[in-house]
Amino acid sequence: MSETLLSISGLTKAYPGVVANSDVSFDIGVGEVHALLGENGAGKSTLVKMIYGLVKPDTGQMTLRGQPFAPPEPRAARLDGIAMVFQHFSLFDALNVAENIALGMENPPPLRDLAQRICEVSETYGLPLDPDRTVGVLSAGERQRVEIIRCLLQDPKLLIMDEPTSVLTPQEVDILFETLRKLSAEGTAILYISHKLEEIRTLCDTATILRLGKVVGTCTPSETTARDMAEMMVGSALKTPEPSNRPLGEVALSVTGLSVESPSNFGTSLKNIHFDLRQGEILGIGGVAGNGQDELLAALSGETRAANDAIKFNGAAIGQMGPTERRNLGLLAAPEERLGHAAAPNMSLTENAMLTGSTRKKLEKNGFLDWGAARSFAEHVIKQFDVRTPGPGNAARSLSGGNLQKFVIGREVLQDPDVLIVNQPTWGVDAAAAAAIRQALLDLAGKGAAVLVISQDLDELMEISGRFAALNEGRLSDIRPTADLTVEEIGLMMGGAHGMEVAHIEELAR
Amino acid sequence: MIRLEKRPSPNRRVAAMTPVIAVILTMIAGGAMFGLLGQNPFEAIKVIFWDPLFTEPFASYSRPQLMVKAGPLILIAIGLSIGFKAGIWNIGAEGQYIMGAIFGAAAGLAFYPMDSALIFPLMVICGALGGWLWAMIPAFLKVRFGTNEILVSLMLVYVAENFLASVSSGVLRNPEGMGFPGSRNLSKWASSANIELFEGTGMHWGVVAAFIAVIGAYVLMTRHLLGFHVRLIGEAPRAAKFAGVQPARIVIFCLGLAGALAGMAGLFEVSGPSGQITIDFASGYGFTAIIVAFLGRLHPVGILLAGLLMALTYIGGELAQLMLGLPAASIQLFQGMLLFFLLGVDVFTNYRLRIGRTEVA
Repeated sequence: MSETLLSISGLTKAYPGVVANSDVSFDIGVGEVHALLGENGAGKSTLVKMIYGLVKPDTGQMTLRGQPFAPPEPRAARLDGIAMVFQHFSLFDALNVAENIALGMENPPPLRDLAQRICEVSETYGLPLDPDRTVGVLSAGERQRVEIIRCLLQDPKLLIMDEPTSVLTPQEVDILFETLRKLSAEGTAILYISHKLEEIRTLCDTATILRLGKVVGTCTPSETTARDMAEMMVGSALKTPEPSNRPLGEVALSVTGLSVESPSNFGTSLKNIHFDLRQGEILGIGGVAGNGQDELLAALSGETRAANDAIKFNGAAIGQMGPTERRNLGLLAAPEERLGHAAAPNMSLTENAMLTGSTRKKLEKNGFLDWGAARSFAEHVIKQFDVRTPGPGNAARSLSGGNLQKFVIGREVLQDPDVLIVNQPTWGVDAAAAAAIRQALLDLAGKGAAVLVISQDLDELMEISGRFAALNEGRLSDIRPTADLTVEEIGLMMGGAHGMEVAHIEELAR
Repeated sequence: MIRLEKRPSPNRRVAAMTPVIAVILTMIAGGAMFGLLGQNPFEAIKVIFWDPLFTEPFASYSRPQLMVKAGPLILIAIGLSIGFKAGIWNIGAEGQYIMGAIFGAAAGLAFYPMDSALIFPLMVICGALGGWLWAMIPAFLKVRFGTNEILVSLMLVYVAENFLASVSSGVLRNPEGMGFPGSRNLSKWASSANIELFEGTGMHWGVVAAFIAVIGAYVLMTRHLLGFHVRLIGEAPRAAKFAGVQPARIVIFCLGLAGALAGMAGLFEVSGPSGQITIDFASGYGFTAIIVAFLGRLHPVGILLAGLLMALTYIGGELAQLMLGLPAASIQLFQGMLLFFLLGVDVFTNYRLRIGRTEVA
């Protein structure tokens, strides 16, 4: 690396009760792709917010090209050439691409000129995007391109990207990486936040690893194994989940021609879904978020009703049954959203154990609740799944995401389901907890239960599932054995690179 | 710039103390208001809170009145609180109370002047049914068409008030009443009278029903699956659906229960303290019960205490009108202040005030 662009030394930021960053120092060179690696809660977001002027550090200095740098607000940071693409997009659905970009600029040029510039930038960096399209109809990958182009129009010296690939298909990731490499070659430094180790190994020049707010290591990703980086991140050795080699049993859950109209305008309707789930099997369903994952879970858990024959449990039609009846039969589910869907945030863990356990764990009799039994069940879940909490009387809200996820998965697994449906079982969960949850799912399948894992984490699905299918706009692809799938094939099953066929670069150049 | 910042975890002891703090603040602000009206504030507060209970000769009249006023307030507030827990905002208990009184009274008067021990229980059932039916209108519209139960239940209060005016000078008018509007006096007909059970206590069947409702609500909300589901749907509607709760059923249950209890309260009132269906039978209990429910933290025991406190302000307020010549509106203002301060103190237990520029996080 040549000269230093941004130098951070001794940055510390404390919030009441938690030190988000403690004495963090590192340098980013001009044109360097620098990875910031760490588990959830390691302090990555706070750090970049300080660089972007959203949060003021308690102590410590930053220098930009040798000059002291302390942006009081994001606008000042942007003027100094720092741009940021957030994990969650801030776009207006009803406006078109050019209008959205103009809204984020200090002095937007006339829309026609802006559209011209958008075309130029999108052509230069291989990011196909039509400035006249309404943002509401764009895929997640295209929306991200809007955000990136908005940043590139400011001609940034440092581009911060917060978990940019979590919403992309593998093909879209490739396009993004090409763009980032090109930017880097032109001298733009990139601060890349992620916990996906393989991506960092292919893309980044240097990695700074954070744990509990402190820098615990620096490495050259291309020369370090993913496992070593993960262990630096976690601070302990990782266990790789082990599948059992049990032969598959009978079909436990059979879905034929499942079509469900989405109740909300922005949801995705399920269209003619077919699959069989056998005892002892883990079937993985991948796909980019918003392609019907929530709707599929709701249809299987009983929250939304389907045609009675469309879902069969051990041969019996259950499409019209509600969640309680399905639980009685042995079909359990764990939704993606932990707070507010899988668990009631303000209620205690005991009450949340009652939430799904009341019938199957016999926590009620004639409608009267046995709180003692519910408490024991909650304690059992806490113990078996190593949930870190002072006790079952604590509110679900007070647990960290990973701990609550362990509780939610544990609550269902310990009810001995015959069929378990989980959506995003390890989303936002640290590596150690994720490994524990995956192992629990494998063990459950090993005991003969049928498990359906809906996830956007392809590595996870490849690791634990025997067969794979992808959801794309509410349709399920063919189901293929995981063992002989390539990343390219998976990407195509997920719908390829969204929007590539719509906006060709040549057309845009005119 | 002034803004509210959420406290990470509200102090539990402070949260439990909020009703007491609100009462104290109400006394201070109310005292100031009475002072502006030209009264000695301490005298006014004493007349409202102390004299009705402990100063003869008022106390021997006022103490039984405490039960008489608190009974309907508690009964209605218990029903409302269960709906409020589920996020179902029935503001129309006053209408349900009126319809309960009309239905119950009509059922009794149909048998006049028969002498039977079955008439009063029948009236209670019909009173509950009247309130239940009136509450089923917003419930059905909400479940079927997604209407807002706040507006529908509130508007139905005015319908009920006009219906009351119509029947009291129409079908239910006392044929021997020399043309005056108003029904026969139910409290003077043995079969329908809601008698005072113990001399000098003010304890009538409505008060008994209120106590039973307090215990029943406590058991329902803490020990029964239905109560758990009610709380769940108020706390996290999606989690409730995931748990297997059917929201429509909870809407119908909550509005129905509140309506039935309000209807019963109306019947106990019309057959006892009030005695007859008249144009001015509606006395605002249905609205005051909303304050009682919140003042009692939506908790059955809290509602019991809040009902007694609110009854005290009614009686003390009447006494203050009589003794000090304070206007009736100032007493209503005083009661309103209580809810205002309670909600205000609530905000500050959950949030703290930040003044000036703060960082954007």
